[in-house]
Amino acid sequence: MNWLLDLTPDEWNAVRLSIKVATVAMLASLPPGILIALVLARGRFWGKTLLNGLVHLPLILPPVVTGYLLLLTFGRRGLAGAFLAEQFGIVFSFRWTGAALACAIMGFPLMVRAIRLSVEAVDRKMEAAAGTLGANPLWVFATITLPLILPGLIAGAILSFAKAMGEFGATITFVSNIPNETQTLPSAIYTFTQVPGGDAGALRLTLISIVISMAALVASEVLAQRVGRRMDIE
Amino acid sequence: MTVLVDISHRLGDFAVDASLESAGRLTALFGPSGSGKTTLINLIAGLIHPDKGRIAVDGRVLVDTDAGLFVPKHKRRIGMVFQDARLFPHMSVAGNLRYGRWFTPAAERYADFNAVVELLGIGHLLERRPAKLSGGEKQRVAIGRALLASPKLLLMDEPLASLDEARKAEILPYIERLRDETKIPIVYVSHSVAEVARLASDVVVLAQGKVVASGATGAIMQRLDLLPAEERGEGGAVLDTNVLRHDEAFGMSVLGSAAGEIRVPRLAVPMGAPVRIRVRARDVMIATEPPVGLSALNILPGTIVAVRPGMGPTVEIAIDCNGVIVLARITEQSKHTLRLRLGGKVFAVIKTVSFDSATTGAGLPVEADG
Repeated sequence: MNWLLDLTPDEWNAVRLSIKVATVAMLASLPPGILIALVLARGRFWGKTLLNGLVHLPLILPPVVTGYLLLLTFGRRGLAGAFLAEQFGIVFSFRWTGAALACAIMGFPLMVRAIRLSVEAVDRKMEAAAGTLGANPLWVFATITLPLILPGLIAGAILSFAKAMGEFGATITFVSNIPNETQTLPSAIYTFTQVPGGDAGALRLTLISIVISMAALVASEVLAQRVGRRMDIE
Repeated sequence: MTVLVDISHRLGDFAVDASLESAGRLTALFGPSGSGKTTLINLIAGLIHPDKGRIAVDGRVLVDTDAGLFVPKHKRRIGMVFQDARLFPHMSVAGNLRYGRWFTPAAERYADFNAVVELLGIGHLLERRPAKLSGGEKQRVAIGRALLASPKLLLMDEPLASLDEARKAEILPYIERLRDETKIPIVYVSHSVAEVARLASDVVVLAQGKVVASGATGAIMQRLDLLPAEERGEGGAVLDTNVLRHDEAFGMSVLGSAAGEIRVPRLAVPMGAPVRIRVRARDVMIATEPPVGLSALNILPGTIVAVRPGMGPTVEIAIDCNGVIVLARITEQSKHTLRLRLGGKVFAVIKTVSFDSATTGAGLPVEADG
């Protein structure tokens, strides 16, 4: 079993980096995810279908295309990339932040879908009742809507995290495969498969990848169940 | 406290065009389903924007479409009890009850938590989740939740309609206490004659989105023509009485009214307690001479003050029994045979067993016999 736990420093870095990238991607996409889900579930406006299509684009495009588009817009010479670098000093290209951005974009449709479904299931009469009790729309959202969509939020967050853990195509296209900076688990596994004698390393990281993804899934199940029990929805 | 509504609102094919003003303790908006009562109450609560009109409560203008004024629902301080309770599933009963208090300015909080919990008898439910409550309990908690926001006006939208008879009987006494023991004016939506006659001080009758009549409960309940067809048999006089004594040997209660003593099946209320009873017009017989050898126990002498044609081959006869109007619905033939006419001296005869819990109210259960 020793060969399994005896990771090289580079491999450890890949594991740590993957978890960091996935966590940041998940947390950063939650606020816009909730907003877009609310807009799609409840808004009635011209261009809603277009917005819906745009959100789902990363799901249907080849990941390489998404990665290349990110490179074009958020790269050093890209419109958004140049602006962000000059104004705020935020650089995405060939940094771990770029990997997080790519993962967030790829996981976004999955997150929005999960949250949107739970928003649609919220009984708006509850919100009206809260309004008659004196709560303004912001409070209604914080005290009624948000708790009621919590199971969907958890599901969406875990989906986004799991997607980020496995994201490869867009990430490697956008930020390449630099050890200690942008080399996430899938990139590291890919590298191992490209060199002679890399089988053991690839297998080690594959197993770790499976364990992390399973743990995330189980955690989400347990959380969702606990929330469900607390709410006792009929 | 007056509620003033003058609005017109269109919802697809359905139009509400109503104008009403009420200053009653408990004003019932009464009418068949589809008459616009719920639309009206939603307009007062601020859940719907009216197309046109004005709404004011206690002099405070809440809606005035001409002035472009619309106070949002969370700023109206109008409590609402919905037909489907709408308790928040992710909060305990106590959490639900305390919800509105949060948003009430401290200076305007008049509702006391313990007093409301005691008034509604929900102390044993505080830790529970709404899903674990019966329909009647849910509705009591919903009433408590609305009260604890210290509203200036309480709206109740058919709060009993989704409950069975036993649950209704469980809640009615609490609404009576609410009416009698708090100062909050109530607007109560209902399509049930039994509820309206028992609870309301004033009634506004709606049909097809329009106000067709309004006035004191006693006067409106006599107008059988105003009642929905399926409820017409329930119409009749509404009498405010009080318990004179209980006749334990025969299982009866004797009620005192200006019209005379009225015997009803034993009520679970103490002596001296006020009891509002409804005497269905179809349960009243008329005799032209003091009846003898008759099983009916209630015989009230009076004078005929009105004769109106009723539904089908019937007539409605209003009898003034010492200032109290009792309404009788009899056949055209009986009227003819007995030669009933205005000013005639007659006796209204009512069987004791024709009174039931729907017409006398069971009253709040009491520990010891009054």
